[in-house]
Amino acid sequence: MLWLALRLAALPLEVYARAARTPEPLAVVSSTGSRAEIIACNDAAKRRGVRPGMPPAAASALASDLQIAPRDTAAEEAALERVAAWAIQFTPAVSIAKPSEVLLEIAGSIALFGGLKPLWNAIAEGLQTLGYAARIACAPTPLAAQWFARAGLAVRLHHLDALRLSLPGLALEVMDLPPEAFRLLQNVGATTVRDALALPRDGLARRVGPRFLDDLDRARGLLPDPRTFFTPPTVFKAAQPLPAPAQEAEMLLFAARRMLVELCGYLAATASGAQRLSFVFAHHGREPTRLTLSLVAATRDPDHLTNVLRERLERTQFPCPATAIALESELLLPLASRNLSLLPDAGHQEQAAAQLIERLRARLGEDAVLGLKRLPDHRPECAWRTCPPGSKDAAASAAASRPLWLLAEPRALGEDPPCYEGRLSLLAGPERIESGWWDGHDVMRDYFVACNPAEAMLWIYRERRTQSRWFLHGFFS
Amino acid sequence: MGSLDAVLNHPAVWRGSECARVAPGIPTGFPELDAHLPGGGWPTGGITEIYAERSGVGEVKLTVPAAARLTQAGRWLTVIAPPHVLYPPALAAQGVRLERLLLIQPASAEDNLWASEQALRASCCGAVLLWQEHVHERALRRLQLAAESASTSLILFRSARVAPASPAALRLHVSRAEGRTVVRILKRRGGGLPPPIVLDLHDTPISRARRAVPPLVRTREPLHAALV
Repeated sequence: MLWLALRLAALPLEVYARAARTPEPLAVVSSTGSRAEIIACNDAAKRRGVRPGMPPAAASALASDLQIAPRDTAAEEAALERVAAWAIQFTPAVSIAKPSEVLLEIAGSIALFGGLKPLWNAIAEGLQTLGYAARIACAPTPLAAQWFARAGLAVRLHHLDALRLSLPGLALEVMDLPPEAFRLLQNVGATTVRDALALPRDGLARRVGPRFLDDLDRARGLLPDPRTFFTPPTVFKAAQPLPAPAQEAEMLLFAARRMLVELCGYLAATASGAQRLSFVFAHHGREPTRLTLSLVAATRDPDHLTNVLRERLERTQFPCPATAIALESELLLPLASRNLSLLPDAGHQEQAAAQLIERLRARLGEDAVLGLKRLPDHRPECAWRTCPPGSKDAAASAAASRPLWLLAEPRALGEDPPCYEGRLSLLAGPERIESGWWDGHDVMRDYFVACNPAEAMLWIYRERRTQSRWFLHGFFS
Repeated sequence: MGSLDAVLNHPAVWRGSECARVAPGIPTGFPELDAHLPGGGWPTGGITEIYAERSGVGEVKLTVPAAARLTQAGRWLTVIAPPHVLYPPALAAQGVRLERLLLIQPASAEDNLWASEQALRASCCGAVLLWQEHVHERALRRLQLAAESASTSLILFRSARVAPASPAALRLHVSRAEGRTVVRILKRRGGGLPPPIVLDLHDTPISRARRAVPPLVRTREPLHAALV
């Protein structure tokens, strides 16, 4: 067993600050009873002198533009769950350790990702893209990995022996002890794990409690430490408050992109792809704006989804600035992962085509991006129609000579003799088409291939009912 | 003399009378035309401008064999803002696979260019056919870069008024004379303009018609007059 602990130390802040591109001074306040104090603040606030533990009033006096947000533990839990769901793409065994840690059992994944280092880097980069600052540590027991991550030591220990050598050097603060137990240990002069291990066990068990000894044994791998593994939910939901109301597409896109990356991690974990997504942009005192992205093919490519969303956002008018973004997956379909190949293959082309069509549709609208197909009908104007791109073509009977350009509406050329930029000479014909009496659009025409003095090749017909009226129907272009 | 021949046959020596050596193009389907085009076909990774004297001279037909070849190979053909209906039965009869055809009808000229660029950059597209009268030179250069980046070709159809200069790799003027289509190469990579190329584009219907009714054609007597 090999465990990777991800500690999201700044989670209370990141729940708010993740959506902001430039950090503004921000502090998170937790209140117990009537007393409120700052529990976390970002670097911008620290530079102005704000420190954790201050009352909010004092902090506001130091930095007038400081934004103070109440701690949102529900949002933190939800964020932790989304990180866990995202991490399932690396290993199926993911466990959440509240309030701010996620544990990954990676022994089985190392070979797949080509070693511990590439896997580590992939996870670290992924978390950065998601907008979380994480401390990562790797150890053979989950508790030891958590402790090293809390101590901020990016260790990669593979073996229990190495663990037993390095563990004693850790300070006791990382053990998350009850305050009175911690004080007692300090009073007897124990500040590191090594000091605690040197103390007599029975006395420690009596004075500090048996849990303390059990934790030490679990961390060293002497006691089993079973963890409950996280199961991803069936629907992906994420909500993100914006630090400041925003209306510009680029601002919204920055926050939305982080959610899309999370979504794509979740999709990779569940071996599915999103076919329909809905974004809800909340406004102050107004109805929320809802954007639904419908895709041609299920996908889990964050760049592609971001591009589609960008086109939609640029065309969407918001009644007023948005204060929060929510993302929900409406329709998920199974999507197999693709084998890597050296040369672009057919599957790659199909995917590229689907992406192109979506990008075009997102900006131009559904009606502007079409395919063409034939229909089995003798009337030229009924022998085709537009269809969604890529639709199967109906096999129609091989037609006689047909022009490449068809006029949407036949143009009247007047009475006999037919003229179009000069008098026309007929080269071939007539081809008699009489059809459609059953649906009210019956035609009785004689078609000719004609040529005018400028030598343009035309497709014209004579209406048989009126005998001598001529129409231009196409160009042999 | 022998040593001069040896020098001239060296592969690094290029002579002004030859076509420039460029990446192989998409064969046009007309050997007479291919022989005069650098790369032996429509340039890939570049723009081709086709100036048609008027509708009905065969300017679209010139591109259809290449379109058929591309779509048969599974590449997509993107058609942007055609002035009339590109008639599917005619395309299919020429061998174009309609499943691989993407028809885009944007509302504005700006969107035409945007859609062209997107299609050119997509690796799935083999060629883009665009009908647009006025394209700013800067926009053309942008499209040229997009075509280069994915080795796709853009064929731009414009009407007869020839713009003075353009970054296009190939510029053709298409007209008709004596029942045949005349293609003049206005610009090609490597310079040296060949004489006009005469093609019998409307081979199937019209030549057959001529064989069937030779006297009518020769005298240019309206056929309907004989019918009524």
